[in-house]
Amino acid sequence: MKIIVGIKRVIDYTVKIRIKADASGVETNNVKMSINPFDEIAVEEAIRLKEKHPEAEVIVVSIGPTSVQETIRHALALGADRGIHVDTPAAPLPLTVAKVLKAVVDNETPHILLLGKQAIDDDCNQVAQMASALLNWPQATFVSHISLEGQTCRAIREVDGGLETLSFPLPAVISTDLRLNTPRYATLPNIMKSKQKPLQVLTLSDLGIEESPHFKVLKVSEPPARKAGAKITVEELVPYIKKVQAEG
Amino acid sequence: MRVLVIAEHNETTLRSATLNTIQAGLELAPQVTVFAAGQKIGPVVDVLSKIGGVERVLKAEAPELFHQLAEPVTQALETVASQFTHILAPATTFGKNLLPRLAAKMNVMQISDLTKIISADTFERPIYAGNAIETVQSLDPLKILTIRPTAFVPVQSTQQPAVNESLSLPPLSSPVQHISLESSSSERPELTSARVVVSGGRGLQTKENFRLIEELADCLKAAIGASRAAVDAGFVPNDYQVGQTGKVVAPQLYVAIGISGAIQHLAGIKDSKIIIAINKDPEAPIFQVADFGIVGDLFEIVPQLIKALKEQE
Repeated sequence: MKIIVGIKRVIDYTVKIRIKADASGVETNNVKMSINPFDEIAVEEAIRLKEKHPEAEVIVVSIGPTSVQETIRHALALGADRGIHVDTPAAPLPLTVAKVLKAVVDNETPHILLLGKQAIDDDCNQVAQMASALLNWPQATFVSHISLEGQTCRAIREVDGGLETLSFPLPAVISTDLRLNTPRYATLPNIMKSKQKPLQVLTLSDLGIEESPHFKVLKVSEPPARKAGAKITVEELVPYIKKVQAEG
Repeated sequence: MRVLVIAEHNETTLRSATLNTIQAGLELAPQVTVFAAGQKIGPVVDVLSKIGGVERVLKAEAPELFHQLAEPVTQALETVASQFTHILAPATTFGKNLLPRLAAKMNVMQISDLTKIISADTFERPIYAGNAIETVQSLDPLKILTIRPTAFVPVQSTQQPAVNESLSLPPLSSPVQHISLESSSSERPELTSARVVVSGGRGLQTKENFRLIEELADCLKAAIGASRAAVDAGFVPNDYQVGQTGKVVAPQLYVAIGISGAIQHLAGIKDSKIIIAINKDPEAPIFQVADFGIVGDLFEIVPQLIKALKEQE
């Protein structure tokens, strides 16, 4: 069995972001970067599947500048077998990411394409659905449980107000939600070992992909700021709560 | 401008997020077309056709469309997509699951989770869990958009029923089999769409003490949330987590109890209309975003609050 996991390098979720003075985007220089948390859950799930199916191979793919190789090494230290870095000046739009993943999948023919449900920087929540459309594969998004039986997968999805169970044949695209697992930490020996694992570098033209302009970011601005309000007592608070309830 | 809104429903009732999405559509054009897919959806189509501003309802009915899985619904949508300039769906798990699939089939870069329509091609959307607002211009001839329901008021007006039209569909194939849908057993409102949310954090100290949060939530008919610290401490399951990597909420009233206000938690609540914080540490970051703060021991304050609310009923 072969599993491809897509991973994105993003600003660490504990960092308070700063918007650039020229409103062109969010400052990423000298900011702590990490693997997107949902992608880390995808890596963890792939490694758990590998632990159950020792013949399985786990390949991680990341798209972006050379710095994403650090994120790939992190996934290799967690237990992935090899990495593919698709070299682009910046992280492309989800549609391009989906096209890249399709091209990699066409070359590697995995059984599962496992992705985080959304990146915590652009919050798009698109790549898995788009990749499965381009591949014409079944999709299972926002998944909190996976079980495999031969070439059939059963997945539980987190949907608004409940849990939906689906069954589908492999190959398939699966996107992870928060409850799927709790990722492990990389141990020092595994971090050392990860440095020896193979990491292939490809370009968009190697994969026959042209990036086309689909949209322009006109500006990035601060959201309306919330102001610290008054410190009050329980007696003072109750009328405000009653007011909100009355409006319902 | 020809606007198509995809309706979300469960075969018998329309989900309210559809009304917010129609409202967003009506900011683009004076009238919209609505698309609904399912096995037998007469009652839903009747409701849709009477919503103000709906010009026509496209009905896609087939056994394969029961449960509205993304694969066959996308196939049905592909038969009509090119007739429109804008296709909208609510940014709920239904819309998020479906629409990017259609976008990829149409070679369009979807714009997710819009909170504001500036013009026919320019939109605002939150990024970094609402810590920044991105203004984007779509260059695609077809705009495919998901709409954050809480950012648009629901359509209230009604009208004489609009025409409805049954689509003739190609043979639909679904590689995915729907096994079951287990609705949350809780009688509480769903966290991401609740009007009132009461959340607890590490300040609760134990799992047992979380009952205090439940009791207050009962008084307020609220959904229950939690900080990541409370989830990590095992007080409540993961799906209670509110924050950047958990659920992003935007209720009318958010009550944070024993939550200090880590960045990732604040990112998930900042669109709440009113935030109330109860914390013993007057320096806790949560007070910087709270409209009303009570400094003190939650084990004294919350019971007082519950008592006061019950007395006034």
